[in-house]
Amino acid sequence: MGSKSVITWAGVSAFTLYSSMAVGQQSKYNFPEPQSVIAQDIYDQHIMLMWICLVIFIGVFGVMFYSILKHRKSLGYKAANFHHSTAVEIVWTVIPCLILIFMAYPATKTVIAMKDTSSPDMTIKATGYQWMWGYDYLQGEGEGISFFSKLSTPRAQYENKEPKGEHYLLEVDNRVVVPVGKKVRVILTANDVIHAWWVPALGVKQDAIPGFIRDSWFTADKAGIYRGQCAELCGKDHGFMPIVVEVMEADDYTQWVAAQQSASAVKTSMHVENK
Amino acid sequence: MAAVHGDAHGHDDHHPSGIMRWVTTTNHKDIGTMYLWFSFTMFLIGGFLAMGIRAELYQPGIQILQPELFNQFTTLHGLIMVFGAIMPAFVGFANWQVPLMIGAPDMAFARMNNWSFWLLPVAGTLLVSSFFVPGGAAAGGWTFYPPLSTQGGLGVDLMIFAVHILGASSIMGSINIITTILNMRAPGMTLMKMPMFVWTWLITAYLLVLVMPVLAGVVTMLLTDRHFGTSFFNAAGGGDPVMFQHIFWFFGHPEVYIMILPAFGIVSEIIPTFARKPLFGYSSMVYATASIAILSCVVWAHHMFTAGMPTVGQLFFMYATMLIAVPTGVKVFNWTATMWRGSMTFETPMLFAIGFIFLFVIGGFSGVICAIVPIDIQVQDTYYVIAHFHYVLVSGALFSLFAGVYYWLPKWTGNMYNETLGKWHFWLSMFFFNLTFFVQHFLGLAGMPRRIPDYNLQFADFNMVSSIGAFGFGLTQLLFLYIVISCIRSGEKSPEKPWDGATTLEWTHLPCPAPYHSFEKPPIVK
Repeated sequence: MGSKSVITWAGVSAFTLYSSMAVGQQSKYNFPEPQSVIAQDIYDQHIMLMWICLVIFIGVFGVMFYSILKHRKSLGYKAANFHHSTAVEIVWTVIPCLILIFMAYPATKTVIAMKDTSSPDMTIKATGYQWMWGYDYLQGEGEGISFFSKLSTPRAQYENKEPKGEHYLLEVDNRVVVPVGKKVRVILTANDVIHAWWVPALGVKQDAIPGFIRDSWFTADKAGIYRGQCAELCGKDHGFMPIVVEVMEADDYTQWVAAQQSASAVKTSMHVENK
Repeated sequence: MAAVHGDAHGHDDHHPSGIMRWVTTTNHKDIGTMYLWFSFTMFLIGGFLAMGIRAELYQPGIQILQPELFNQFTTLHGLIMVFGAIMPAFVGFANWQVPLMIGAPDMAFARMNNWSFWLLPVAGTLLVSSFFVPGGAAAGGWTFYPPLSTQGGLGVDLMIFAVHILGASSIMGSINIITTILNMRAPGMTLMKMPMFVWTWLITAYLLVLVMPVLAGVVTMLLTDRHFGTSFFNAAGGGDPVMFQHIFWFFGHPEVYIMILPAFGIVSEIIPTFARKPLFGYSSMVYATASIAILSCVVWAHHMFTAGMPTVGQLFFMYATMLIAVPTGVKVFNWTATMWRGSMTFETPMLFAIGFIFLFVIGGFSGVICAIVPIDIQVQDTYYVIAHFHYVLVSGALFSLFAGVYYWLPKWTGNMYNETLGKWHFWLSMFFFNLTFFVQHFLGLAGMPRRIPDYNLQFADFNMVSSIGAFGFGLTQLLFLYIVISCIRSGEKSPEKPWDGATTLEWTHLPCPAPYHSFEKPPIVK
């Protein structure tokens, strides 16, 4: 019994904990499963940083807790009297700098990639309202489609009068639909106060600022439904304006566009007849 | 200054008694005491608001606080804790300890000192009473970004006025501290012989003088936008809401270090005392503190990575922010080296100081992670950020304040606190703090935004754990109140030098408790 068995025990339990975290698609302990190149980069860099932090943590606190255990007055340990060492101080200034450069290099590449919103396949404008999102398809397949997207969770659920569903507070009446594998540029603005458009699985978060235009982009790897929320405090119902992106295969998307456009054509003609 | 005070000898017993003693006092010890009690009161009020927040988040659905009131709670919790609890507490420490540690008889501007304290209850009352005006308290977050804060009611105006008053108080307090430290040190105490606590406060005070006027400016602009037809932050009138964020965070980021540098100072006093060994790398500690302060002024936009910025801007603020890890690391390494081969004992102040280092480092790690722009894009405005800044502000600033209180209580009161209860206070705080905030990292990573009153069921387990932790942490602080009161009233008499490893002037040259007027003749420092 000694330090060896303690280390073995700690290693085994850490490994068990770590693998239990990785199991399951919707991880409770980590980012959601990445669905775009950028989200994947973010995920990988976060894991890398966690390992670096863990190593530093064990190094620093290994020394400190060894000292706490051994260098005690109650054990009769006599205090040394050293109080500086230029060599040591230079070493522990330079090494962190090198570690930081190692961290900054991949991050810089990702920042540059995230900022590159040029030559998109399609462009969608998202407008933040208190408290819903409006979408206008500005360019690419589906150009001209326009709708609002509101929370569809019934009020009774958050007033605790009905049981809460699986997508409680993360469901909307009209989803933003995009095709898989296409570069989608999202232009953001807001009507009243600042909102933020955030879809974690796609690695996109961008503030929507009233009176100004910001942009971001994503290319979804797989068809599916990806959910996010407004990420900038925007008043009373800030917690009640989710974002739901539905990524479709190219054919399904074409059908969806056709359905939307005929529906809006019907609406327009009805509008004309009523006049 | 000391000579002038020497002439006034004999006036010691002429101060008024009862309530007027406290209203009219110019004594740095009385004022320090009032600062500490004021900040503890605000800490309890801010803590009450935190309990409300965690009670609402205990389970999914809206139960206790309607969304509008929930937003008021989060906003006022932040404002009260930052401006009412943490900052005044450190100024209280400065009032008590700076004169004692540099061998000065009092603060340089004793009457201004009284004024800078008595502004605080006014501002605190404004903040608390704003809950009861039509429309309720400010609800736009403690960062009160426009245009949302332009929408609010009278509560926002009360908040703006309170921030003005708090700012004036802080600036006066800082000028006082700077003047005292630069002019009233005992003969022989050169700058590079000052205790670390005094150094960190000198640097902090300069930061305060630099950034508090910026805060005053930005809230004034908000006020004129709200009432006098200007459009600083309104795009329709030619303004820019993002400009508010730039100005606010130019104050706001140094503010973070205003709340942590004095904490570094307190810990740098306590670790050597209980390791019975001089502080390792004193001069590198001073340089590290100064570099953190300087760097803190050029990193503000890392709070705004999602607001939209040129690529070069994001990269600059990322690199500058990461650089802060270097001097911060130096400090942690120095503390570790101070403990190394010391002869340590673990009384309550030492426990809180070690707890501080341990948890502050975790907060530092998540700080580096937040500095990386791509990762920050994911975690910005989520519970990850909440976890990060509570690790540096609660287990950072607050734990160091507890450490300092236990360390100096014998000097202040002449009595010892109950060591057993002190240790209970530490271990319970440690346990419940981590229970509350560690799981919030997971909530943030999994996608829970901050400042929401209700959440999807996938976040339910950790929110419940976090709320239970928060209730425990809140109750534990009542134990602290009990320990302090029983120490003052019925604590055992403190020995003349309760900490055998202490080397600063207040322990080597003054009895316990410190007399009402100390160092009327300055000590000679070799």
